Amino acid sequence: MAPDLWSLYGVMYRSRTFEEAVRQIWKEGLISGEMHLGLGEEGIMAGILPQLVEGDALLLDHRGTAPLLMRGVDPAVLLREFMGLPEGLCHGMGGHMHLFAPEILAASSGIVGAAGPAAAGFALAAQTLRPGTIALAFFGDGATSQGMLMEAMNLAVVWNLPVMFVCKDNGMAITTPARTAVAGNLLLRAQAFGMKAFEVDGADVLAVWAATEQALRHVRTGGGPVFLWAHCIHLEGHFLGDGLLDIMRRPFYSLHKRILPMLGGLFTKGGAPLGVRLAALRQTTGLVSAAREQVLRERDPLRRARRSLAVEDPGRLAALEAGFQREIQSCVASVQQPAHGGA
Amino acid sequence: MKQMGFSAAIDDALGQAMADDDRILLFGEDVQGLHGELYVRFGSGRVRNTPISEAAFVGAAVGAAMAGLRPVVEVMLVDFTPVAADALINHAAKLDAFSGGRWQAPLVVRTTCGGGYGDGGQHEQSLWGWLAHIPGLSVVVPSTPAEAGGLFLGALGYEAPVVFMEHKLLSRQWLEFLGSGGRDTVHYDAPAAGQFGPVPQPWEPLPLGKALLRREGADLTICTLGVGVHRALEAAAVLEQQGVSAGVLDLRTVAPLDKTTVCEQVARTRRLLVVDEDYEACGLSGELAAVALEAGLSFRYGRVCTRATIPYNRKLEAETLPNVRRIVDECLKLMSPG
Repeated sequence: MAPDLWSLYGVMYRSRTFEEAVRQIWKEGLISGEMHLGLGEEGIMAGILPQLVEGDALLLDHRGTAPLLMRGVDPAVLLREFMGLPEGLCHGMGGHMHLFAPEILAASSGIVGAAGPAAAGFALAAQTLRPGTIALAFFGDGATSQGMLMEAMNLAVVWNLPVMFVCKDNGMAITTPARTAVAGNLLLRAQAFGMKAFEVDGADVLAVWAATEQALRHVRTGGGPVFLWAHCIHLEGHFLGDGLLDIMRRPFYSLHKRILPMLGGLFTKGGAPLGVRLAALRQTTGLVSAAREQVLRERDPLRRARRSLAVEDPGRLAALEAGFQREIQSCVASVQQPAHGGA
Repeated sequence: MKQMGFSAAIDDALGQAMADDDRILLFGEDVQGLHGELYVRFGSGRVRNTPISEAAFVGAAVGAAMAGLRPVVEVMLVDFTPVAADALINHAAKLDAFSGGRWQAPLVVRTTCGGGYGDGGQHEQSLWGWLAHIPGLSVVVPSTPAEAGGLFLGALGYEAPVVFMEHKLLSRQWLEFLGSGGRDTVHYDAPAAGQFGPVPQPWEPLPLGKALLRREGADLTICTLGVGVHRALEAAAVLEQQGVSAGVLDLRTVAPLDKTTVCEQVARTRRLLVVDEDYEACGLSGELAAVALEAGLSFRYGRVCTRATIPYNRKLEAETLPNVRRIVDECLKLMSPG
């Protein structure tokens, strides 16, 4: 099946528009606690999700909005869940980190790496109950440091389970750079388990599609688990309000919140020699510039796809985007109306 | 007297201890950013970021403690300690007993706990009863900045593994990190007296296993800890208006548990109300009843605990966690005849 960039762009654009609306509602304080959005991951999700069939299971991390949306969950139902409303996906009981949709076999977890073992179990059930279907585990590069995920990969190989492990690698485990947290090369690591492994640029939705097509054929025909290593960025960092991005975006606010206390550590009596202290401070500056890579526009999957579509047919592109804007605006209005009416 | 926030007090006490003792080091997820001042002051050798590998880095802390270091290992949320449960339950906690008292693992697991800021039931648990259930594990849950710093030094000097919990509602840093994310559009019912207050300089260690009577009361004793202390004090003020004199006993540590002080207070007031943000079943609340019964005391008993998975919905969350209204209602029940 040949991928159609127009339709994939539509899938990405709809997700982007919805998550941007969620970001605004979070800023207004109508969503409590943390909010992990998939802004920047759309190329990976849109390259995979449209290729799934009924009965395929999704094991998600704390960043499940985009995949659920692309799997057909009503955005209004998701938004109500994020706002803790009784009409939400899980009656407002779970929130955005704990999204569960049994009708499409989709389950989430706020525990890093938990998708791995769960996917092995769903794949076992798939082998028995729904032959030809598979389970997908989505996780970040940070999760590859979790034993449970490594154990799940081993189990999936020795039991020849139909699992597709998808690593969305943005090079950061919360605020810790992958180069200081993830040992070796993840492709080689997966291959060492005996898995077929693919590496792909997650900003290139067509490349993700092509790799996924091959991977799925392998898994569905009994070839055992596969590993897809997709590089991406997170336009909002780990979560909304990410401290490292905040230093870039609101330097004045961050100055007294984050920077001055750190500088205090330079001069406090007792501790490391000054050279060691300065090295630590320099490393932090380096972190902020690592965070800057998260928002590089050329690594944005939507910009990448849009560039060629804008050349091909600008009118069609504008109409496509306007259509999704209208859909999401009316979704947000429908969710917020009863809340305002009741207040 | 110097004033300090809750987390800042712990960092300050830890900094003092690290300056005095080279064997102390801090590691955990994102600690270089979350404790930036300590990171700059002591450098990357003693303040280390870890991969997201709780089983490995808590297990490594146990080994490092056995081999002579005094590790402070931070598990970002106590909800993530189950990932490292084996290291704590089967190894750290057992070493002293298995070695016939020949070997100890003096590590401090620093972790955040508690709910009330809308983060859902996998990020807002307390779990202190679950941990204190294990012989060999000590569990500390302070309620003010001064206690936090002092008890942290106490934990560092303790010759056994200690789980030290920071309630997120008491910590402006953690609330900003996990709750508001820099927004001023969200509000939390956070007790001001627990978030910020006077602290001693220099820090002196406070002993583990000593409860503190926060408020004298003639009619009943509220046993509690963490944010519960502040909720109970607020409830006691309400009860006073209604002619009920409620005392508030801050347990400060779940294990070791100050059974003596608990029994003294219950013997005096003959009424015990436990306010415990942790789960109700098989936990601290039942344990306190058993302690007082075993001491042969006769008393009326009630408890305000968390009974279910904490809902994400803010209103349901507020009802699920112990709150002032629930405490007042239970106290009045204990005061009613029959």
